[in-house]
Amino acid sequence: MATLDADAERLLRDLTPQVLGAVVRRYGDFAAAEDAVQEALMAASQQWPRDGLPDNPRGWLIQVAARRMTDHIRSETARRLREAWAAGPIPLAQQLSPDAPPPDIADRDDTLILLFMCCHPSLTAPSAIALTLRAVGGLTTAEIARAFLVPESTMAQRISRAKQTIKSSDVPFSLPTGGEQAERLRAVLHVLYLMFNEGYASSSGAELQRTDLSGEAIRLTRALHGLLPQDTEVAGLLALLLLTDARRAARTGSSGELIPLTTQDRGLWDKAAITEGIGLLTETLSKGAVGPYQLQAAIQAVHDEAPSAEETDWPQIRALYELLLRMDDNPMVALNHAIAVAMVDGPRAGLDHLKSLDADSRIAGHYRLDAVRGHLLEMSGDRGGAIARYLAAAERTASMPERNYLRAQAARLRIDE
Amino acid sequence: MRYMLMMHAPRGNGDWGVMNWKPEELKAHIEFMTTFNKALKASGQLVGAEGLAMPSDARIVRATSGAAPAVTDGPYPEAKEFLAGYWIVDVGSPEEAYEIAGRASAAPGPGGTPLNMPIEVRQVMSGPPPVD
Repeated sequence: MATLDADAERLLRDLTPQVLGAVVRRYGDFAAAEDAVQEALMAASQQWPRDGLPDNPRGWLIQVAARRMTDHIRSETARRLREAWAAGPIPLAQQLSPDAPPPDIADRDDTLILLFMCCHPSLTAPSAIALTLRAVGGLTTAEIARAFLVPESTMAQRISRAKQTIKSSDVPFSLPTGGEQAERLRAVLHVLYLMFNEGYASSSGAELQRTDLSGEAIRLTRALHGLLPQDTEVAGLLALLLLTDARRAARTGSSGELIPLTTQDRGLWDKAAITEGIGLLTETLSKGAVGPYQLQAAIQAVHDEAPSAEETDWPQIRALYELLLRMDDNPMVALNHAIAVAMVDGPRAGLDHLKSLDADSRIAGHYRLDAVRGHLLEMSGDRGGAIARYLAAAERTASMPERNYLRAQAARLRIDE
Repeated sequence: MRYMLMMHAPRGNGDWGVMNWKPEELKAHIEFMTTFNKALKASGQLVGAEGLAMPSDARIVRATSGAAPAVTDGPYPEAKEFLAGYWIVDVGSPEEAYEIAGRASAAPGPGGTPLNMPIEVRQVMSGPPPVD
């Protein structure tokens, strides 16, 4: 069977939120509309390679999805009629009308509304990511299941429960206004950030990078930036993702092993992504108010611009982490700050900063704290201490590549002893 | 027919203990496992495989007559071996599963010598398809 070429595939995925928005506007039922659009996407991926691209792909998809919706409503109506028949006489006026479409409103708003809906705070992060990938990203359940390393039936269930949650929370299909919009936008950015990280740093499992999720997070953030070009944090997040993803090819070796920033082959970094990220960042920083995503992007930009690990501008990175800490009391940020302090003022100063984190229940006992302490102890010349910390971190991490890396660090130090 | 192949690793810091391996021995072991899994996937025999996190943070949970279940350290800190990971393979005969397990067992350890670690081979039950 013929398959869609890459351009048609991209078109289909870009059209997904517009088509879904139009169908939800016409029929109101988000959950059923989302299913109907999935069916239209499947129909397109079967028919377009055979019959060629339709003249108006968007209209084609809306029409197919609308037909599915009509079928759905008819069968729902029939079911209700049967139930009503069993219950007593049927007032004809109570039958559902499948027609009467209100006019379509701008696609621009629809994509935004869908993002707000799918990243609704009543959903858990994995559910929000999965639903966003399907309803806004146009991925199939099978593709999403593969990205999350779970069976397809599990993912189907997760998505259907997420839709149920949205339905029962009565979220209106409209843009939130004022302060609520800003708050909901933060939730959307957070979901996109987590989606990227799930792909980039895979929280568990044997593969370190699941690039399909990272690529999808970048695509959706790019789309969001196109819709809200003036929002500096949206631009900041896009820059952050691009500047981080630029190092992807250099992050893993031939057998999937982790290669840390300092020993990466910088020739493998994606120059185009770095240029784009820095361009975005420069533009957004000139607009005033600086938020946490912009600061994180700025830190990545400093790394990406260093011609070698030795030439990294650590004082600047330290200053950026200090700004970030003032905005966001996050122990992971404090941990990274301690590394920057060690790079500027020496390992002892960095280790002193770690002490306060031991008392922070959010991070005490986390493998990253042991891993960083191991690294700083190694810098200070305490090999025995470093080996113990690396092995303790290896015991705790749930990531296979990180465990292998940490054990290798300890093994390397033992050889040198 | 499907089989679960369970890899048991010795606990502690003995000669076998992975903490005492040289960097190149670790590298060889990891490369062996990567190649082994790729080959199983390519031959269509692999259903699934997972490596487990180390047992130091493992807990045993047991429901009790009270309101909350009891959560204790486990599994059995004094045990000599622990489950380190498993494969599920779909094969035509038990012999085929033994052959795969034999290859996994011979993963290289210190000095490149095969570890010959115990791999428990158990058939996965079949039955009527689960209700959706």
